[in-house]
Amino acid sequence: MSRLAIRVKDLGKQYTLGRSRASYRTLRETLMEAVARPFERVKIGRSGGRPPAETIWALRDVSFEVGDGEAVGVIGRNGAGKSTLLKILSRITMPTQGRAEIHGRVGSLLEVGTGFHPELTGRENTYLNGAILGMRNREIDKRFDDIVQFAELEKFVDTPVKHYSSGMYMRLAFAVAAHLETEILLIDEVLAVGDLAFQKRCLGKMEEVAAAGRTVLFVSHNMTAVSALCGRAIWIESGSLGADGPADEVTGLYLQALASGEFQFVNAEHGLKIESVTLRNGAGERTQFFNPGDDLCVQIAFEAEKPLPGVYVRLLIESLQGSCFSANMLLDGQRPDALEGKGVLACKFKSLPLLPQSYTVKMAVVGPDAREPIVRVQEVASFTVNGQAEDYGFSGEFFHRFVAHATSVVVPYEWIMPDGTVKPVFVRDGVSVPPDERGSALGVGAPGEVKR
Amino acid sequence: MSATHPAEPVSPMVVIRPTKGWAALRLNEVWEYRELLFFLAWRDVKIRYKQTALGAAWAVLQPLLTMVVFTIFFGNLAKVGSDGLPYPIFSYTGLLPWTLFAQALTLSSASLVTSSNLIKKVYFPRIVIPMAAVLSGVIDFGVSMVALLGLMAYYKIWPSFLVIWIPAIFLLALAASLGAGLWLATLNVEYRDVRYVVPFLVQIWLFVTPVIYPASRVTAKLAEHGLPGWIYGLNPMAGVVEGFRWALLGRTPFPAQLLATSVVVTLVLLVTGSFYLRRMEATFADIV
Repeated sequence: MSRLAIRVKDLGKQYTLGRSRASYRTLRETLMEAVARPFERVKIGRSGGRPPAETIWALRDVSFEVGDGEAVGVIGRNGAGKSTLLKILSRITMPTQGRAEIHGRVGSLLEVGTGFHPELTGRENTYLNGAILGMRNREIDKRFDDIVQFAELEKFVDTPVKHYSSGMYMRLAFAVAAHLETEILLIDEVLAVGDLAFQKRCLGKMEEVAAAGRTVLFVSHNMTAVSALCGRAIWIESGSLGADGPADEVTGLYLQALASGEFQFVNAEHGLKIESVTLRNGAGERTQFFNPGDDLCVQIAFEAEKPLPGVYVRLLIESLQGSCFSANMLLDGQRPDALEGKGVLACKFKSLPLLPQSYTVKMAVVGPDAREPIVRVQEVASFTVNGQAEDYGFSGEFFHRFVAHATSVVVPYEWIMPDGTVKPVFVRDGVSVPPDERGSALGVGAPGEVKR
Repeated sequence: MSATHPAEPVSPMVVIRPTKGWAALRLNEVWEYRELLFFLAWRDVKIRYKQTALGAAWAVLQPLLTMVVFTIFFGNLAKVGSDGLPYPIFSYTGLLPWTLFAQALTLSSASLVTSSNLIKKVYFPRIVIPMAAVLSGVIDFGVSMVALLGLMAYYKIWPSFLVIWIPAIFLLALAASLGAGLWLATLNVEYRDVRYVVPFLVQIWLFVTPVIYPASRVTAKLAEHGLPGWIYGLNPMAGVVEGFRWALLGRTPFPAQLLATSVVVTLVLLVTGSFYLRRMEATFADIV
């Protein structure tokens, strides 16, 4: 057996509720409490003193070991405790119980660009950020050119980063982080940044890191990335270890659980409760399975304690390959006057132009100022599109081998061959159609006439 | 400790477990993060005068204008005395270490809260943050020092060999502000009252420090009541300011008692402040 890099034993972290809103106390409160304490027991009819503060275990009794050079994915829903685990392992916060041993120098990337200052130039921020992440000056000297090259910012190193586009900013931030050479790397969802091309390159860099025999703990919602980068995955569910095993198996289990589970969410501050998010097909049946070209209706059942005026709702459909499409009130401007009492808000996506893959639905709700998060972006449901190659007008013999990794959205298209023949391809509507009728079924949107 | 360091024998093992109460200071770890300390201080210096028309001239203008006002009101109108020195020189030599102290104290007491994004996302010994805030005032001090030399030349006061003490007194000023800053910064994480206390505290502290008036007037008054003069040194800045004047101008007697008391008080502040911050830092990320 190889050397151990990380050993986690019965690790737990308890938070006191209500602290998030009033996260710090004022001196007066403490003084008042100190003064009031001796009198508390005297009060008639009160036996137990103050009610105990409500607490929550963000993480409890988690134990696992990671061998030297292993790449382990950490998956789970939002708020399951993944980030807490990483924060404890990177010594940012202290566990309430249990212990963890770490053998080797740890680099943790919980956020890229930590400590970046807009007034400083790219070069200055590189050195500053490097120092913050624990790099030595001469280490940064040595890698500076690589970093700038990776970020593709050679021309802009001496420009203050406040003049950078957000893409450039994230590229530089990731480039610095990616060149952190520690024996153990803890990474939290840093790949969720930048455009797709840059994400690909980040994944490539991560592959390099994992292949170089360094120990990696990788928190992500991108199951494809976890399967590709990590041999093993740990699934954290409600603060406990849900499953631990080969990455493919664990991600599969996780996706299944996501599909059957029902989402619930409470925002106490705004008095909003999302009671359920359900998916229905064109026939109005509740399901997790859809046919190509079917309608997808996302129904959000909510209960608002007090009227919540002018909120914006965003829905995002994602596949393992990335975002597919969205319905965004911030863009279309169609929003409810107010969410009041119990009710249902629904969104119908017509004629899904999707390949047979697994998809997740993410939702976010922001306040009328288009800024304040009421429901942060998170997975609320998932579904699978079934179907055969024929349903898509596809007849490629390698369809089944490549479909899982193909881009998910298919808009109608046609090939115009050198001899002038036109070969149209588009998603069929629902039920499979006999091959001889191919081309006559309804296409996505309004494909118009099919030229032959 | 780079991964490529040839002299590194085995990778270090870190044990993470809940701790309560007082913990060791782990100063060696602070030493390991010295580069971060300097980078953070350098960043603060670098951005302090960004987008200002006068830039670092502010470092001179602030004490200089204060000196002019003090000279008019306290030197000429109130005639508080200046141990036989020209009042402008007298007050400016007091204002220099005072400005260093006041700025360092203000910045460091707010430093942990303003760096909450770092505290929540990266690990390093938290004491580095208030230390960097204190260090960032050094450049300002250096700039205003140049103006002082000009002023001394104007009044034809030449420094004696006593200036070799300046670095020591300068360090004492830094240590005093860090000591008080560590306490206030740590308290500020949990009790935001500190934000309102600090400006008030700095104002009051100026009046109990011999910047405007000479310490001799206070010690004389203390003697009238049969109290020893060293009591005044309980304010560490009393020793710093009088010591600074003595070392730079060489016209006043050596304030031995004041300095000795100030050194002791500073050390007490510094050590207790470090331990207090160390004790509380485990919870910073959760409550800041």
